Amino acid sequence: MNASFDWLKDFTDFDLTPRELRDALTARVATVDDVVALRQDLADIVVGRVVSAQPHPDSDHLWVTKVDAGSADLLDVVCGAPNVQEGTKYPFAPVGAVLPGGLKIERRKIRGQSSTGMLCSARELGLGVDHNGIMALKTEAAPGTPFLSAYAAGDTRLIIDVLPNRPDLLAHEGIAREIAAFTGNPPRRPMPDGMVMSDAPFNHASNSATTAGVRVSVDGNAACPLYVAVVIRGVRVGPSPDWLVRRLEGVGVRSINNVVDVTNYMLHGFGQPMHAFDLANLAGPEIQVRRAHDGEMITTLDGVTRKLDASVTVIADATTAHAIAGVIGGEGSEVTDATTDVVLEVAVFDPRSVRSTRRALSVSTDASYRFERAVDPHATEGFARYAAALVCALSGGVVDGIPVVIGTPPAPSPAIALRVPRVALLLGEPVPSEECAALLSSVGFKVTRSDSDAYSVSVIPPTWRSDVAGEADLVEEIARLRGFDSFPNELRPFRVGATPDSPAYTVTRRVTQALVQAGLYEIRPTPFVADAGANGVRVTNPLAESEAMLRASLLQTLARRVEYNFAHMSRNVRLFEIGVAFTRGDGPLPVERTYAAAAVTGDRFPAHFADPKPPQMDIWDAKWIAEQAVSAAFGVAGAMDLTPNSTGDGWRISRAGVNLGSIAPLWVDAPVWASRVYGIELDITSAFAGRSLGRTYVPLPSTPAAEFDLALLLPSGVTAGDVGRVITTIAGELLEALVPFDEFTGRGVPEGHRSVAWRLTFRHPERTLRDREIEGRRARILRALEEELGVRPRSA
Amino acid sequence: MDIFLVRPFAFSHTEQPQVPDVPDSPSLEQFEHSATELVAAAAQAFAAADTLDALETARASFLGRSNGRMLELQRAVPSFAGEDRRAAGRRFNDVKTAMEQALESRRAALEQAQSAAAPTLDLTMPARRQFVGAEHPVTRVIEEIVAIFREIGFTVATGPEAETEWYNFTALNFPPDHPALDAHDTMYLADGVVLRTHTSPVQIRTMQNSKPPIRVVIPGNVYRLDPFDASHAPSFAQIEGLAVDEGISFVDLKATLAHFANRFFGPTRTRFRPSYFPFTEPSAEMDVECRLCGGTGCAGCKGTGWMEIMGAGMVHPNVLEAAGVDSERYTGWAFGMGPGRIALQRYRIPDIRVLYDSDVRFLEQIAS
Repeated sequence: MNASFDWLKDFTDFDLTPRELRDALTARVATVDDVVALRQDLADIVVGRVVSAQPHPDSDHLWVTKVDAGSADLLDVVCGAPNVQEGTKYPFAPVGAVLPGGLKIERRKIRGQSSTGMLCSARELGLGVDHNGIMALKTEAAPGTPFLSAYAAGDTRLIIDVLPNRPDLLAHEGIAREIAAFTGNPPRRPMPDGMVMSDAPFNHASNSATTAGVRVSVDGNAACPLYVAVVIRGVRVGPSPDWLVRRLEGVGVRSINNVVDVTNYMLHGFGQPMHAFDLANLAGPEIQVRRAHDGEMITTLDGVTRKLDASVTVIADATTAHAIAGVIGGEGSEVTDATTDVVLEVAVFDPRSVRSTRRALSVSTDASYRFERAVDPHATEGFARYAAALVCALSGGVVDGIPVVIGTPPAPSPAIALRVPRVALLLGEPVPSEECAALLSSVGFKVTRSDSDAYSVSVIPPTWRSDVAGEADLVEEIARLRGFDSFPNELRPFRVGATPDSPAYTVTRRVTQALVQAGLYEIRPTPFVADAGANGVRVTNPLAESEAMLRASLLQTLARRVEYNFAHMSRNVRLFEIGVAFTRGDGPLPVERTYAAAAVTGDRFPAHFADPKPPQMDIWDAKWIAEQAVSAAFGVAGAMDLTPNSTGDGWRISRAGVNLGSIAPLWVDAPVWASRVYGIELDITSAFAGRSLGRTYVPLPSTPAAEFDLALLLPSGVTAGDVGRVITTIAGELLEALVPFDEFTGRGVPEGHRSVAWRLTFRHPERTLRDREIEGRRARILRALEEELGVRPRSA
Repeated sequence: MDIFLVRPFAFSHTEQPQVPDVPDSPSLEQFEHSATELVAAAAQAFAAADTLDALETARASFLGRSNGRMLELQRAVPSFAGEDRRAAGRRFNDVKTAMEQALESRRAALEQAQSAAAPTLDLTMPARRQFVGAEHPVTRVIEEIVAIFREIGFTVATGPEAETEWYNFTALNFPPDHPALDAHDTMYLADGVVLRTHTSPVQIRTMQNSKPPIRVVIPGNVYRLDPFDASHAPSFAQIEGLAVDEGISFVDLKATLAHFANRFFGPTRTRFRPSYFPFTEPSAEMDVECRLCGGTGCAGCKGTGWMEIMGAGMVHPNVLEAAGVDSERYTGWAFGMGPGRIALQRYRIPDIRVLYDSDVRFLEQIAS
């Protein structure tokens, strides 16, 4: 909402600067996003204070003054004004400033005295005709302050963020009501010169009536509870008076003519959208408010030809639709210079209907914006009288016949019981019932206090506050009118929350920390992808086909992020994300699973001059990262089973037979210089249900370990896992560690075999192991390996 | 023992000193003589070694474990009996200690000489770095917020990202087909199923599933039908809070959120303005002093000196009732804010897309 500072003053008196008004409205009513001085041609002018004024030695009417304009040194300024006074502040144009007429201020000599700048009169600034002297300022502003922030010069526009529940604030009258509430000055309705308000009764009808020969009908199915039509004949369409042009300029609306401007004046002044039809263009002459016929066409004022259907309400004459009700007028019915007779429409259209039409036609106007948020149906008739009087006053027309009102406003809101103790309970501070009543009354609520009931008061909201429906709304009114900042920031005792932490959150945190410790960067991309497969979930109204589906796997988004980094010449990429993937569910809701996923590629450690060619990350790095994630999610790394995937280049991760993810090379669109990319994905959803297995202390060994190495020849088909199982079975519980530490094929290793070297570490918890105990185990292990797997020691 | 050590066979720089062999079964006198000779010979050999390599060769020839000369002396010890054996043992140990001391002092001298002569390190060369990981800046902001609310008795709640319209709108008191929905341009997955437009459905779920006192913060991703531009994204993080108990008031809301602002931003003034959310009444926005100008007014805050941080309000009784909470007995307050926006302000990021690109150069910048 654009509000004009000057226009607001038409509706109530207040003694606030635009900035003070901004702060007051923001604190109590609605946030003022910006304050824009419309006289930017005065931006160069500053406040100057005359420190001394001496008569010019060579002149009988000039003064030589010293001016403080905020700079370090006082400026010499020669001034011819008779009213210059020491100690007074004036608008001052420094050297380089340009005055509204285009005059550029320069340093010059006046009768031998140098003058750097100019003290200005109101006329020189375009602020009036007074040229008898310079313009004395009553301001506290320091010298050097921009003139525009010290003086309300010209109009100032306030850009107000009006929230959807307060349509009454989409009008100067409504904002002025709120200003009046905190200044205490009464609100008023401005009465421009020549305006004569009639109070002759209107003709009320339920479906149709005729006024001045024009039949007006409202179809029962139309989304129009109230329609007022006023016929004015004999208008002379012409330019609007200056005051009206300025008011509309104040809100950024261009003046068109003295009839159309009135409709805009009503919209911005009172929040009531209106339309003026040229009677000569109305076939019949007739006005029908009805549903559009399916396929009915209309060309609207924005030049677009639209095809309508029966969901749209139109304003039509006997043959043709002339406007889409509450949204936009049609071409050809608007008032022109040739117009002599007009029909003024002042109506209430159903908010939901306007909203759905506006959305269906993708056209939003100042009118639709207000109808969608609801106009005051009890004010309609009064607005019609006001608008008619204004049109007549400006254009010389006369109301013909008795205006018609079709329909009736709804019953006024019922009284709401406000329990005074409830106010204290909700707000945390007692607000006496007198104060509640005074605050609510200040913005038009009718408050009735009963002597018999000190506990509650009865409150009827004003007709323009259709948003107020219950006690909680009244409490809000009291709080905001009192000022939110009047309530103390006092931390009072509280009970701590009894809800346990979400396991999804705690598990996610653990895994996040583990993957950060593994050297990966967390990312937070969007989950949208072009294609998520047959079981994927589609957005019914996507932003674009390229992001029409929700990912079924986090690796999908990770792959794109790796490609993004490759495209930006980064070859070392280590990313992870913990997020949701979606698949189709049995019902309308999709199945959401939370995954920890990672993609890594490039150097294993940063290159350094001492290590210029670091090894590249490989599947074994990926396997370790997966182990970190599993261990963080499920408590212990051993909680997962790895089985080779179908391509043999990675693993499927499972747990108790349930597939949880994968570790494998990740296919991405990669430049030639990129290293291989490895992807890890782990479903951590099942970890949310279980209790995390905490680690427990294992006593540190106090006895020495005994180690030996075995270099074993593994025939093809025998895995390290097979060998490990045999060794652990035979070695018994004294085996503390078993690590394959080298793998070799080539010279000395028979064809079809590979050599894997193992280190076995044995330890007895209580004593030193004897050599022959170790030797015995070595022999038994070798025997079992040969018998069960055909594995022999390499050296033999 | 380092098995890869290759043992040289001869002294490289000095003639091998002549030391008589220790007889296989010497007298104690002979033993003593050999010992004295060995110490002297070793001292001479060590002194003669003028490099560390040469010293190592000398060491091996006397103290080497496979064929050092001390082995001969050692082998002779068991040939004595009784008191003589103990004396020979002691003497052997003394000799060995003396020899080792001589070796060490020569080694220290040589090392010092060598380091003085060696080319100095170019200390301007860069350090050896490690790859370190990092949380996303938005996650960092969320975690800071969570940590502050945990201090004052809040726990963490989460919920699904796909929701029914009932949880996302109806239970939260959104009037059907109302302009309030304009701020929630919604992505639909099916009839009546949406990607949640805010984390507020979790408020309803929490109230349905647990009894007051409830104090939860709810971080999560939310979705709006907003194409990417410098300040909008179709999905973003939100965190909201909910406190429900008997006697919870607007003063509690203000005080808690002002406390949060002071903890999160450092001491700051706060300001509460009227606002509107269907699910709270009264509704407010909280501002803190502008982080750029400190409250004096600048282009960043449009001269107001304030910066909007979050929306908040007392939970609407309709919302409590929709979630099955007795709105006469219990009251509550709620707030919601965008950690992404806070991250943009904190790190002075001009374009929200930077948070989504996942550029490792950015992630590293913020991490370090």
